[in-house]
Amino acid sequence: MLANLRQVFRYRALISSLVARELKARYRGSVLGFFWTFANPLLLLGIYTFVFTVVMPGSRGGTRLEPYALFLLCGILPWTWFQTSVMESCSVLVAGGNLIRKVLFPAEILPIVTVLTGLVNFALSLLILAGFLAYYARPVSVGELAWLPIIVFVQLTFTLALSLLLSSLTVHFRDLRDLVGNLMTLWFWGTPIIYSMSQAPERFHRLLELNPLTHLMVAYQSVLFLEGPFDAWPALLGLGVLSLALLAVGYFVFDRLRDTLAEEV
Amino acid sequence: MHAIEVRDVRKIYRRYGRRKSFGTLKSALLSGGVLRHLRPDSKFLALDGVNLDVEAGRTLGIIGRNGSGKSSLLKLIAGIGKPTSGTVRVSGRVSALIELGAGFHPEISGRENVFINGMMLGLSKAEIARRFDDIVAFAELGQFIDEPVKTYSSGMYMRLGFAVAINVDPDVLLVDEVLAVGDEGFTHKCLEKFAEFRRRGKTIVLVTHTLDLVTRFCDEALWLDGGKVCGSGDPKRVVDAYLLEVANSENRTSTEAVPEPGPQPGSNGAGRWGSREAEIEQVELVRADGQAAHVFESGHPMRIRVRVRAPQPLHDFVFGIGIFTADGVCCFGTNTHIEGSVPHELSGSGDFTVDIDRLDLVAGAYRLDVAVHRQDGVPYDYHRLLYSFRVASPLKDTGIYRPRHRWTFGGGVEMSGPSGGQP
Repeated sequence: MLANLRQVFRYRALISSLVARELKARYRGSVLGFFWTFANPLLLLGIYTFVFTVVMPGSRGGTRLEPYALFLLCGILPWTWFQTSVMESCSVLVAGGNLIRKVLFPAEILPIVTVLTGLVNFALSLLILAGFLAYYARPVSVGELAWLPIIVFVQLTFTLALSLLLSSLTVHFRDLRDLVGNLMTLWFWGTPIIYSMSQAPERFHRLLELNPLTHLMVAYQSVLFLEGPFDAWPALLGLGVLSLALLAVGYFVFDRLRDTLAEEV
Repeated sequence: MHAIEVRDVRKIYRRYGRRKSFGTLKSALLSGGVLRHLRPDSKFLALDGVNLDVEAGRTLGIIGRNGSGKSSLLKLIAGIGKPTSGTVRVSGRVSALIELGAGFHPEISGRENVFINGMMLGLSKAEIARRFDDIVAFAELGQFIDEPVKTYSSGMYMRLGFAVAINVDPDVLLVDEVLAVGDEGFTHKCLEKFAEFRRRGKTIVLVTHTLDLVTRFCDEALWLDGGKVCGSGDPKRVVDAYLLEVANSENRTSTEAVPEPGPQPGSNGAGRWGSREAEIEQVELVRADGQAAHVFESGHPMRIRVRVRAPQPLHDFVFGIGIFTADGVCCFGTNTHIEGSVPHELSGSGDFTVDIDRLDLVAGAYRLDVAVHRQDGVPYDYHRLLYSFRVASPLKDTGIYRPRHRWTFGGGVEMSGPSGGQP
């Protein structure tokens, strides 16, 4: 397993080229190119903002989530990264089957590239967020922003763990992808993205806290939106440790299934 | 120094999912036990105790029927997949030509694909940059290199894939039947490149159905059947043994089968068909000394002796023979009708003999058609390529036909040694 990890490291130049290729190939041949990556989160942003501020203005219970669009964006952007990476990982090995069967090539590179491509898109989408922050003239503390790379790293680890696990398992269970697709909807609503933790009834807090993404979203929202110091960092670091453990498990499973991949995809 | 060492390698492929081609989680949950579903339902032994040594700088050809484990062995040597038991050791950098251009992305340019493909094959960016011009020149792409790969013709696509793989500059080159897909020019170019590799002392392993390529090009051959090594060593000997076995087994299966009108698809065009109103019972190839043989000296006599039988008397029949090279080029074909014999009656058992006084063919493996049919061509019993023989010669001349010939020199030319092409 360690030897395989070293090999993945050796292929880092390939990984970065593949990420660049994914980005280029996606934007080539489309009129709006780059825009499409953000079309979906921006559409969601527009819809939710309209529904919750115009259609049902009372539904937010008079909390201080103003401006709501900015609050939403803090959750929707990282969610988009997470969701697209996990969903694409479910099919990436089957789609790249030709490579796995015909070229000597560590298969884990494919899900890793998927997640990293998502990361680059996420980083670019942060520019949109920065634009919103500037537009609303929100004060952002530099000390809090220093947490941002750590939050991103925790999300990266967690996403990578799930992607490795799911990508290798979907080769054997093709319907896992449909299952994951549906679970994603549930997961979205079970995570404080369009509502804040403080709006959720107290008795659900424990349940919400079982959801690893809750801690990530709370961290993003505290650092980028809410005022006051970021005091939820112990939960974030806890999630970080958990994610690393999960990554080890995910990689272990992938490694065990590795030899069956070339025969099954 | 062995470039490739394969020891007692077994490879078992597992098949999952009972009824479906692939499993679903739902079915796994319904039938109880995800873990049980991850266990294989049936196993297929692709390689069974294969041993192989290839010395550095040698060229090995692997032959065998479809499904005999050739490609599995090649993939194990390439490191794509691991043997179920046993060891595979390869020293030096390996490049495998299993599918040309696997991993090209259609949307991006040839240039970018070359870099990514090269990195997949284990080159660094700097190494690819250094070889880039060679790659483009070999692929004959010119300006197209900056166009998206989806605009390439299939020939350009293959040439580029080949150019990248070959420019990895491997110590061990593995080739799986890629030559079969290219046009004449491409195949020629590939062969030239292989020859250059050989001169530079690289090791090549070739999986192919083109037996001619094995005898002409390889230093050794390995014959696999049912995952086991059936023969190895001198290419001509192995190829002959293989051809003989193919002919025999075709013969066995076809005599067991119910006769059907029309050709039956064989693995290499071989087969037997006909109404069986007359049957070919035995075909023997006989040397000058009267011994049945498989190997004949070039320029020596060969006799084809055929026993036929007709349960009901026939009045319309033609006997024919045809000699073909291993890759199917007809060297000679004739029959009694062409040569003016008029049939009167064939009843019960009989025989005919074709005496070839001088078998003027170059060294190599040949196959034989024997047939008895009606004058309008409707077959009674047609044995297509079912028999094989080999022509041996101390001289390494090329081609097919080896006419009796003589060299004479005059004027200022002085030569010594045998002055004739007599073997």
